[in-house]
Amino acid sequence: MSEGFDWLFFFEISLAGLGSGGLLALAGLALVIIYKATRVVNLAIGEMLMMSAYLFFALTASMNLPVWVAIVGTILSSGVLGALIERSMIRPMLGESPISTFMVTVGLSSVLVGLVELIWTADPRRLPEFMPTDPVLLGPAMVAPKVFYGFLISAALIAVVLGVFRFWRGGVALRATASDQAAAYSMGINVPRVFSLSWTVAAMIAAVAGIVVGAIGGISSTMGVFGLSTLVVVIVGGLDSVVGALLGGLLVGLVEAWAGAYLGGEYKVIATFSLLLLVLLVRPYGLFGTHDIERL
Amino acid sequence: MRIGAAKQSYVDDAALFDTRTQRVWLGLGLAALCAFPFVANEYWLYLACLIAINVASACGLNILTGYTGLVSLGQAAFMGLGAYTVAVMETRLGTPFGLNLLAGGLVAMAGGVVVGIPSLRVKGLYLAISTIAASVLAHFLFSNFKLTGGTSGLSLQPAQFFGIALDTSFRLYWLIVPLAVLMLLGAANLFRTRIGRAFIAIRDRDISAEVLGIPLLRYKLMSFGLSSFYAGVAGGLWAYFFRVVTPESFPLIMSIFFLAAIIVGGMGSILGCILGAVFMTLVPELLKLIVGWLPMSANATLVLSPVRTIVFGALIIGFLIFEPHGLAEMWRRVRRYFHLWPFRT
Amino acid sequence: MLQIEDVTLAFGGVRALNGVSLQVAPGSITSVIGPNGAGKTSLFNTISGFYRPKSGAILFEGQDITQRPAPQRAKLGLARSFQNIALFRGMTVLDNIKLGRHAHLKTNLLQALFYAGAARREEAALRADIEERIIDFLEIDHIRHASVAALPYGLQKRVEMARALAMQPKVLMLDEPVAGMNREETEDMARFILDVRDEWGITVLMVEHDMGMVMDLSDHVVVLNFGQVIASGTPKDVQGNPEVVKAYLGSGDVAQLRRQLTGAASPT
Repeated sequence: MSEGFDWLFFFEISLAGLGSGGLLALAGLALVIIYKATRVVNLAIGEMLMMSAYLFFALTASMNLPVWVAIVGTILSSGVLGALIERSMIRPMLGESPISTFMVTVGLSSVLVGLVELIWTADPRRLPEFMPTDPVLLGPAMVAPKVFYGFLISAALIAVVLGVFRFWRGGVALRATASDQAAAYSMGINVPRVFSLSWTVAAMIAAVAGIVVGAIGGISSTMGVFGLSTLVVVIVGGLDSVVGALLGGLLVGLVEAWAGAYLGGEYKVIATFSLLLLVLLVRPYGLFGTHDIERL
Repeated sequence: MRIGAAKQSYVDDAALFDTRTQRVWLGLGLAALCAFPFVANEYWLYLACLIAINVASACGLNILTGYTGLVSLGQAAFMGLGAYTVAVMETRLGTPFGLNLLAGGLVAMAGGVVVGIPSLRVKGLYLAISTIAASVLAHFLFSNFKLTGGTSGLSLQPAQFFGIALDTSFRLYWLIVPLAVLMLLGAANLFRTRIGRAFIAIRDRDISAEVLGIPLLRYKLMSFGLSSFYAGVAGGLWAYFFRVVTPESFPLIMSIFFLAAIIVGGMGSILGCILGAVFMTLVPELLKLIVGWLPMSANATLVLSPVRTIVFGALIIGFLIFEPHGLAEMWRRVRRYFHLWPFRT
Repeated sequence: MLQIEDVTLAFGGVRALNGVSLQVAPGSITSVIGPNGAGKTSLFNTISGFYRPKSGAILFEGQDITQRPAPQRAKLGLARSFQNIALFRGMTVLDNIKLGRHAHLKTNLLQALFYAGAARREEAALRADIEERIIDFLEIDHIRHASVAALPYGLQKRVEMARALAMQPKVLMLDEPVAGMNREETEDMARFILDVRDEWGITVLMVEHDMGMVMDLSDHVVVLNFGQVIASGTPKDVQGNPEVVKAYLGSGDVAQLRRQLTGAASPT
């Protein structure tokens, strides 16, 4: 272009960034729910997302179920998987150092990747199309349809989850357990059930994100790397902040999109992690996280 | 049953191998290590070299994570720094391998110190995640510089020792294993002195450690530097062993491998890092054997890789839940049983 | 020896210490007492260097150490024990004590890795010194190789003190040295503290709740309440001081209390 900066391109890239940011925010929300309730940083969130995408693939491509049935089935079975993971691997680590539990989730991510490769092989697959395919026009800017609808789905689900946690007793129980487990126990809150619930809900949220991410870019056994970006999202936003996850998701989505467009694809990951390092040095607890004070 | 070992002086009490039985076993062990290359076949020599490299790197990570309590997922990146330094120096400068290995260690050490700088502000998990960032950054650097050969990497000529090319596992054994033993010895010595004690203090209660006179940042950086020095040397040995270094040679999963090795072996003990590295290196080989025996061996090679991944993850989870102090603790239980026999433990 | 001049320590709006001044004479045993939440441990933490005061100065042997980082203060000779025992659970008793000497040792990284002449000699000398002067003195020779995590509370407190002594201190700050101890253990600890002052010439600054011990041992007593010094002097002076009595037992006069509180919280 001969005149100045290409604003339309910038706008389109930014929209795409916001679109993927919505998905990152969704996955980030799942991570924050787990952290708030059980104080665990779940590095396997990307792999749980991947597993859900593959479950969806199995239900639609292998079992030929209608898309909507498959979506519900995937969400429910992912929820069960989340509860199973919590009960078998996270509960026994109660009271251990957070690093140990973090390492358990690292082990979990390996196990999930291996399972996927074993059952479905490491070849990338495509999910059946179930979203409208016409390009979406927002003013002069064009957005890929899947990205647009993915964003809408993310936004809708986030709104639902936030509403549920604000107004439902379970949400209050979750927040209470998050602040002080012992006190919540004494108040009669069934803390173990809150743990299971948090992992179940988080897994279901991740399932939705997984389906959409899979629909956009196909599925493969390396999909889990989405989890690393999600980790950046919650570090930037604050591990225990829902608002932080949302804003962090959008921010990371934008940064990745801009880096990809203006610097080149290989710079995406660098940009994301540079943002991470910057935040860690300037505001280690994230933009909205709470600072843990150490007493002597 | 061993009653006890009385010492006559404080120096004796501080010795690493303090009983006669231990010294005898040590002697036998060293003799076995020396005899091994003459009786082993190519496959076992290859494994021995690989194990030694892994032990050296795991030892470094153990110093940082096991003893100082700073969880790092960047060990592979530091090995990569060492490997690339050695590769570049060998191919461009042709300097002797000793110098190259030392340079590899020093470059990795510098990288380690830089990565450790945030460790004063950032703790625990956050630090671990920032080391992931370092891994990613290192991978990017390796892939995108002409000096490092870009995505196709570098290949090396074998190391030269007074005209003899170290191009077989047999010859490389005599470089790698003694170096690994020296590195282990250094680490064991470290924890007899004030520096090692300072590291442990930082792990257990760093704020109190500071009030007792330990400058935190200096010692944390020292720990990062030392552990990455070890990683750099291990990486350099890796480069001479495999003779090809690419950006994909040192992925994040390798850092996870080393962290798993010290968890499985037992964090915070020298014996632990040896056991862990040996175990984790041998497990894939064992799996290969098992899968080879199974009836449907046509599909076997296909399932090998995913099964290995699953077993890897399962080992981490299993040890963390059931045996958090690792194989070293299991070994100590066995020893206690025999020491106290016929009494019960 | 140690002078605290008009130190104010604030956390946001809360003033943990409000214009606290006190003097610790060399070779004395000074006690800081006061109800819970008075700011005693905050005072210790400020002197150690863990907290930076908002205003005021801390002088050690005439030098202003207010801006010095904690490790340097330890090296100058300021040692302390902690209210909730801060032993390093991954080490034995002996190693914990040896750690106290850290700031005065010279072994560097390279020497440590090779453990050759210099490092070996320094370690042996350290061991000899600790055994003869500290472990014997505190009667903990039977547990020297024990892991600290397995020790009973009273012995852990003694190991803490041993570690503080290993720091070759000029001033020893003890934060509740006899908390949770029975009569016999308290008497043992009192004897150790007196010996530390008489045989080693160390100045002792102590936070303590056990009034018997405070009144019997101390040369000088300082009373804190709500971050302010409300009385200071010999034990006899302080015992009779009505302000002190009121602080501990309350006077039932709410208006008085309110005045006291607003006086403590108002910004200067």
